[in-house]
Amino acid sequence: MANNLTYESKKLGVMYFSVAAALLGAQLLFGLVAGIQFVFPGFLFEVLDFNVARMVHINALVVWLLYAMIGSVYYLLPDETGIETVGVGLGKLGFYVLTLAVTVVVLVYILVQVGPANHATLWLINEGREYIEAPRWADIGIVVVVLIFLANVYLTAIKGERTGIITVLMADLLALAGLYLAGMFYTENISIDQYWWWWVIHLWVEATWEVFVASIIGWALIKTIGANRQIVEMWLWIEVAMLFGSGILGIGHHYFWIGTPEYWWEIGALFSALEPVPLVAMFVHVMYDWGKEAGIKKGAGEKPMMNNTPAFMWFVGSAFGNFLGAGVWGFFHTLPQMNIYTHGTQFTAAHGHLAFFGAFAMAMIAMFYMGVQGTTGKKELKMTFASKMGFALLCIGVVGMTVSLTIAGYGQVMVERAQMGATWEAYFISQNSHWFLQAMGWRLVMGVVTLVGFLYLVYDLLTIRNSKVNNQ
Amino acid sequence: MSKKVSVWTDNRFWQRSAAWVTGFAAMLLIWLTFDSMGQIAMGTDNDLQNGVTKRVPSPSVINYKITYEMSDKRGHEVPVIGEKETFFGRDDYSEEEARALLNLGKLAVQAKNCMNCHTLLGNGAYYAPDLTKAWLDPMWDGYMARLGKDTKEEAMAEFLQFPSENPSHGRMMPNLGITAEEAKGIVAFLKHMSSIDTNGFPRNFSKMQGAIHGK
Repeated sequence: MANNLTYESKKLGVMYFSVAAALLGAQLLFGLVAGIQFVFPGFLFEVLDFNVARMVHINALVVWLLYAMIGSVYYLLPDETGIETVGVGLGKLGFYVLTLAVTVVVLVYILVQVGPANHATLWLINEGREYIEAPRWADIGIVVVVLIFLANVYLTAIKGERTGIITVLMADLLALAGLYLAGMFYTENISIDQYWWWWVIHLWVEATWEVFVASIIGWALIKTIGANRQIVEMWLWIEVAMLFGSGILGIGHHYFWIGTPEYWWEIGALFSALEPVPLVAMFVHVMYDWGKEAGIKKGAGEKPMMNNTPAFMWFVGSAFGNFLGAGVWGFFHTLPQMNIYTHGTQFTAAHGHLAFFGAFAMAMIAMFYMGVQGTTGKKELKMTFASKMGFALLCIGVVGMTVSLTIAGYGQVMVERAQMGATWEAYFISQNSHWFLQAMGWRLVMGVVTLVGFLYLVYDLLTIRNSKVNNQ
Repeated sequence: MSKKVSVWTDNRFWQRSAAWVTGFAAMLLIWLTFDSMGQIAMGTDNDLQNGVTKRVPSPSVINYKITYEMSDKRGHEVPVIGEKETFFGRDDYSEEEARALLNLGKLAVQAKNCMNCHTLLGNGAYYAPDLTKAWLDPMWDGYMARLGKDTKEEAMAEFLQFPSENPSHGRMMPNLGITAEEAKGIVAFLKHMSSIDTNGFPRNFSKMQGAIHGK
């Protein structure tokens, strides 16, 4: 395939996108295994148990999103700074090191799975801490690669032009990388363990990652519909103020029940209840800019600019999905009065599925299409039937899983928590209630729909350049 | 650009606002973190002997009976560290011995990847029961009879070593190669975790038989 990208940085970005898409496939496959196990518990029992399938499922998620995020920055850096990325060669080396490390980690997860209770296991096999299970050696490797990445971003921004978007990204990426260090230690105190664990997980997904996608969507609005940079960047700064203003202290909603003091009830409830506000604003902003830019052009009798319909479809979807999954589904159970019943149930899983998909996955899939457009060198990329099928099936699949899990969570909360008192027996009575079983069946069906949507997406990413609509 | 416009459409104003808001929120979080760290640091053996309440007690809490009591002031159940109780035949674990056992248990909980099926303090995966107060679960009474063990801790340790041979339901726990020593550590970890003051989580936990003081 011909590559029309002139900047090495953009080529590196597309390399990251390719691995990200493959890891997304791994995430869906292992999610499917875990989903099957809920319905047929004997499936792969003591071969590839739920804990392994689930670990690969969520780790693949975190890693593919990080790949797509790093790729996005390498991709947009030349556009924003106007120059080739400083140290892009080192960046490529980092890419190969990281990819090798990820491959080894995943193989060890699947083949070795668990180890004896000692520090060697935590260093070599897995750390057993949800989302950041990667063994310590890999942590250190990740830190080295991220340092290369950060250095590249900073040096390029200093040498080239430093736009508002790049300024936000510089600050955000530094925080994002620094927070990872909070997850790299061992303590026998489970409360302190979880306290710092949330610094990584929460301050990533509900603060720094949100600011990251806000920056990406800002850049994309300028790129795809020709939005006014000054307005986009003003919105971005307002977004940063609102996202960090609510998200940083919103961490309190994870400190209700882990041994931490009661004052986190008030702090967590107040600030996390505000978290949906910037997400609404982000969606409004996208719609506003879209309408405004189109209106101005139409008023002047010109054709509105829209040079990448599949990417724009995913960006708009992301702005709404972020609000729905992170905002609405998060708000459902963020107040302590509710959370004491729902914490640790399928409610959380429902929120997790829609929030990660809406907020981050959709925006990163949009970036894949930006990468395809750049690679093909097309001034305008139009969506195909497969683009629409991929979008529709992925959305129907994930929303379907979310609704199923919400119903399962509802049943679980009512039976296990409200009625029976959270015992071992109460847990299984809830798990075997027919509401729960039906919901898990539907979740599996919707998981298959999601996988089919992914196949359409991959097919489209590979063939959209040759499609009829793009070769007229 | 040079024309004087409203402050509300001035990027510099919003940039500074973002910096101030972020800085203020981060400073407040750091300050609260210092306070929380003090409150969730592990207590000492002396605290236990003198009846000083800690949110996360000393590992030597395994020498004591743990129950819960409704606190009218706080509106939920709070842990009560009661009289001495043997744990694997002893009730005189020194703080160092208890800490070593707890440490082994915590390492095992991570090494065996418990958190990707179970929840600990409500965090983890949702494929298996929450372990926050698993030590107090009435299910173990049945397991004592079933496994022919005299004490709860022995029944738990036996179950942990051979879970798929002793399943409670169709959705079984797999055999994870947990050794006898590791199982003992995990039970110590679970007993210690059940003494952590979780602000009344999980809800309606008072319905657990035997969990409540004097019942």
